[in-house]
Amino acid sequence: MSTSVSPVSAPRATRLGALWNSAVGKKALMAVTGIVLFLFVLVHMIGNLQVFQGAEKINHYAELLRISLPFLWFTRIVLLVAVFVHALAGIELWMERQRARPVGYQDYRPVVSSTASRTMIWSGLLILGFVVYHLLDLTIGVVNPRFEHGQVFANIVASLSRAVGATIYVVAMVGLGFHLWHGLYSMFQSLGLSNRGISPTIQKFAIGFAVLLTLGFSAVPLAVILGFVG
Amino acid sequence: MRITLDIWRQKNPRDPGRFERFEVPNINEHMSFLEMLDVLNQQLVSEGKEPVAFDSDCREGICGMCGFLINGEAHGPLRNATVCQTHMRHFKDGDVLRLEPWRAAAFPVLRDLIVDRSALDRIIASGGYTSTRTGSAAEANQILVSKPYADKAMEAAACIGCGACVASCPNAAAALFTGAKIAHLAHLPQGQPERMARALSMTSQAHAEGFGHCTTIGECEAVCPAGIKLEVISMMNKDVIKATLGGRASEMQTLAALPPSAAMRFFESEPPKKEQ
Amino acid sequence: MPLDAHIPSGPIEQKWQKNKFDLKLVNPANKRKYRIIVVGTGLAGGAAAATLGELGYEVLNFCFQDTPRRAHSIAAQGGINAAKNYQGDGDSVQRLFYDTIKGGDFRAREANVYRLAEVSANIIDQCVAQGVPFAREYGGALSNRSFGGALVSRTFYARGQTGQQLLLGAYQALQRQVAAGTVKQFVRTEMLELIVVEGRARGIVVRDLVTGKISSYVGDAVVLGTGGYGNVFYLSTNAKGSNATAIWRAHRKGAFFANPCYTQIHPTCIPKSGEYQSKLTLMSESLRNDGRVWVPKSAGDKRSPDQIPESDRDYYLERIYPTYGNLAPRDISSRQAKNVCDEGRGVGPGGLGVYLDFRDAFKRLGRKVMDERYGNLFEMYERITGEDPHDVPMRIYPAVHYTMGGLWVDYNLMSNLPGLFVGGEANFSDHGANRLGASALMQGLADGYFVLPATVGDYLARGGFAKIDTSHPAVRDAEREVNERTKQLMSIGGKKSADQLHRELGNVMWTDCGMARTKESLTHALSVIPELREKFYRELRVTGSGAELNQQLEQAGRVADFFELAELLCYDALQRNESCGGHFRVEYQTPDGEAQRNDAEYAYVAAWEFKGVGATPVLNKEPLVFENIHLAQRSYK
Repeated sequence: MSTSVSPVSAPRATRLGALWNSAVGKKALMAVTGIVLFLFVLVHMIGNLQVFQGAEKINHYAELLRISLPFLWFTRIVLLVAVFVHALAGIELWMERQRARPVGYQDYRPVVSSTASRTMIWSGLLILGFVVYHLLDLTIGVVNPRFEHGQVFANIVASLSRAVGATIYVVAMVGLGFHLWHGLYSMFQSLGLSNRGISPTIQKFAIGFAVLLTLGFSAVPLAVILGFVG
Repeated sequence: MRITLDIWRQKNPRDPGRFERFEVPNINEHMSFLEMLDVLNQQLVSEGKEPVAFDSDCREGICGMCGFLINGEAHGPLRNATVCQTHMRHFKDGDVLRLEPWRAAAFPVLRDLIVDRSALDRIIASGGYTSTRTGSAAEANQILVSKPYADKAMEAAACIGCGACVASCPNAAAALFTGAKIAHLAHLPQGQPERMARALSMTSQAHAEGFGHCTTIGECEAVCPAGIKLEVISMMNKDVIKATLGGRASEMQTLAALPPSAAMRFFESEPPKKEQ
Repeated sequence: MPLDAHIPSGPIEQKWQKNKFDLKLVNPANKRKYRIIVVGTGLAGGAAAATLGELGYEVLNFCFQDTPRRAHSIAAQGGINAAKNYQGDGDSVQRLFYDTIKGGDFRAREANVYRLAEVSANIIDQCVAQGVPFAREYGGALSNRSFGGALVSRTFYARGQTGQQLLLGAYQALQRQVAAGTVKQFVRTEMLELIVVEGRARGIVVRDLVTGKISSYVGDAVVLGTGGYGNVFYLSTNAKGSNATAIWRAHRKGAFFANPCYTQIHPTCIPKSGEYQSKLTLMSESLRNDGRVWVPKSAGDKRSPDQIPESDRDYYLERIYPTYGNLAPRDISSRQAKNVCDEGRGVGPGGLGVYLDFRDAFKRLGRKVMDERYGNLFEMYERITGEDPHDVPMRIYPAVHYTMGGLWVDYNLMSNLPGLFVGGEANFSDHGANRLGASALMQGLADGYFVLPATVGDYLARGGFAKIDTSHPAVRDAEREVNERTKQLMSIGGKKSADQLHRELGNVMWTDCGMARTKESLTHALSVIPELREKFYRELRVTGSGAELNQQLEQAGRVADFFELAELLCYDALQRNESCGGHFRVEYQTPDGEAQRNDAEYAYVAAWEFKGVGATPVLNKEPLVFENIHLAQRSYK
């Protein structure tokens, strides 16, 4: 059997387009957008914790966020683009993965990989679904039982004092934890920033933040449903 | 000891294939895994049955020709070793072992446990070398390489090209293989002139061959018989990003994504015959 | 038939330069019109194919493995010699030349060996430029070590994987040419016949090992770099697939086979553990730099090694060879191991082993330094035997490793069949009766990168032959022979696998024609081998068909050729009434048990001519003339 090859020229594309066209580039874009989204959730979580300081504090904080409309929309657009790029790249790569191994193994035993690392697409989709719900619940208010614009504290309490509401939030935050557990570690590799020396530290950092964010976010629904807040 | 084997049987790339069960009694624990299969095959030949086809050559873990999954693990349970370096003492009497070929779109099964890995050759052909003309080299000691870099280059160059990284990756990515060659040459002064173009060409070739992408789950590193480290992928990623954003894409050489080999073309072109 | 080695005239230092000038050049514009068939992708074949492609010829390159990078050159561990004198310890081209001739027990051709030493330095340059990650010193310069049988440090190495790294260098150069379109690569394709037209080698018949299709490729020259025939002994350090079919088929078509009896038995292999054993694994000879070889002083001492006190140990190499000690050349070390085992002092299962002990080196250098040097070898040993050399001494025993014999070639590496070139282990040329450590890689790459590309061009430039295509009657005849042979092997319908019958042949070869040969043992072998061959054609069973991937058929074809080659090997060993290097005849030894050469009668290359299966081959002699080196009794004491 013989192997022969003939060179073909690469398709012309802009630099960013070229990045998007390669698997490595897509992963890099996912890493960059992942950083944006990580910083957002980190700030979001810190903001959320003001619930524990009472209604006035958190309502005031929410007002502060809306003080500059251009800034608010700028942030929203950045986040939207980040989510879009991150999710689209993830889904495209996932579809490629199906093509890369059309016939699966009868028996496959992972040796070292974490469950989190092998379920990124599912934790990602879970988070995506949650974000939609979350916006409908606390931003637009259509799925919130007693939504009142500007009354952030009351809205939160209304949503999370239902068992179903609290459960959705806690489950989604566990999903977020899983996603960050691997994502925060993997993004360094995708950007070419990790090596064997720094890798264990990155791993610890990733696990640490994943746990911190999950606990921080889950604290609110748990506190509400258990009656500590409200 | 006695072992039960569930082995993937497939006559050719068109055959859908199935598992077949074999009993191998009287196994000596000092046998290598492949010697155990030799014993099975000898038994099958004497009974006039088709022996199990599997690849192997050097049988000392360096040529990279052997490899299949034993109970879902590429090259079997022994870490940092090929299947030919695995001895029966690592198994227990009465074990049931499932042997399955590497599976990836880019590695079509040719027969039983044998797959076509020529896609890896094409990744190398797309740029995994320095363009050195025979006889044009400078005096060897004019190129000084500091020992830590030389050692890192050697570590990456140790890849044996067996394909276990692809087999064990849920995405069937060839990132560890490709990264190893890119890192080997990127660590050395000799590799610098073509470094950016090489990273682009090789990764785009891997993509064109139908290998998946890396998600840093680390299975490849865990099963790699040559001990290639995940950091080679990081190095590859960095070079690819740098080269792409630096506008070096025009230097890239992509080889036409051909079907894996003449043999595969043969099987793909012939209309499937009804098996008797 | 007269054998002219075409050695250039003039002083030995100028022969290669002179020859290079005398070689005709092909017009660059015409190079792509010449098609060169290269069989084998190891250091010789791969390097030759890459370089010929780079020069602009159309190259077709074949290997039976799934990719060129599997060639067995990959398994060489220790290193590659080159006369760079980077250590300033007195090395020179002259000294490497001298050491190689002496190491080969004065049975190699002076001019070839000198050229080898001369181009050795270029090889290192070439490989470094390719990015071969040779070991380095902290200052960034290349590091060297001393290696089996040399008093200077001239061996370059890449961990314990030098062969792998050099092969990957050649493989990458080859893939570069594949991408450039000059080399067409045929993998899983095995050469089964040589096509000879009007006395010239013009092509090969191959079997596609995946589809079973038999086809032919014709061209203007054929280069064989297909390795040695060590697997004729069944157990050897060769790869399972290593075979002699390409050179044997060429031999049957008229190429002379030279010095088949020169077989190197490597002293440091892991002993056989049982009958099922499929191959033997070499532990790098570099281990002998720091390991001490010993056996118990008294026969039948069954104590575990740590229970045997210093006074009851016999460090026999240090005792017999005070100067070289544990670094005595391979043939000598091997034979001494056999001697002590024959005395009943062997260790391990079956008493076929000696200890290679690192206890003192661990004390002297510490575990860290030792693991840096030999870590991967220690791991490899433990993986195979289940014993940790940090705690217990290794057990080693000699095993067939390398074959110095091969197809006869002239100075330009062309066989007596015009157009058939042979490089690397497949030819007989440079190692005489014994090959020194780290010289095989040097020879393979010298042939592949530097000699063949120059000499093949000369043959093409001289012309005198017309283009042919695959419709030529000689092509059809060769294909018919191959098809008939396949049919024959498929139709026997016995009960035994080729592997089983091969093992029987190997036992005879190892016992009668192994480390110590006698007239009686060789005569015995010559009477048994034809019987075994008949048995092979009576009891063989090949399952399946020829029109599919059929490993049993592949193996059967290779073993069938080994059955013929085995006989030739014994004929050669029988006619050579002397001991030299890897050929030890018990009748010819000095009073203290060393090989006793007979330079007056046997200073020649024995080049055998095939006369038919079972027929006595005809011996042609190429006298060896030593003008630069004084013939001397080899002494390593």
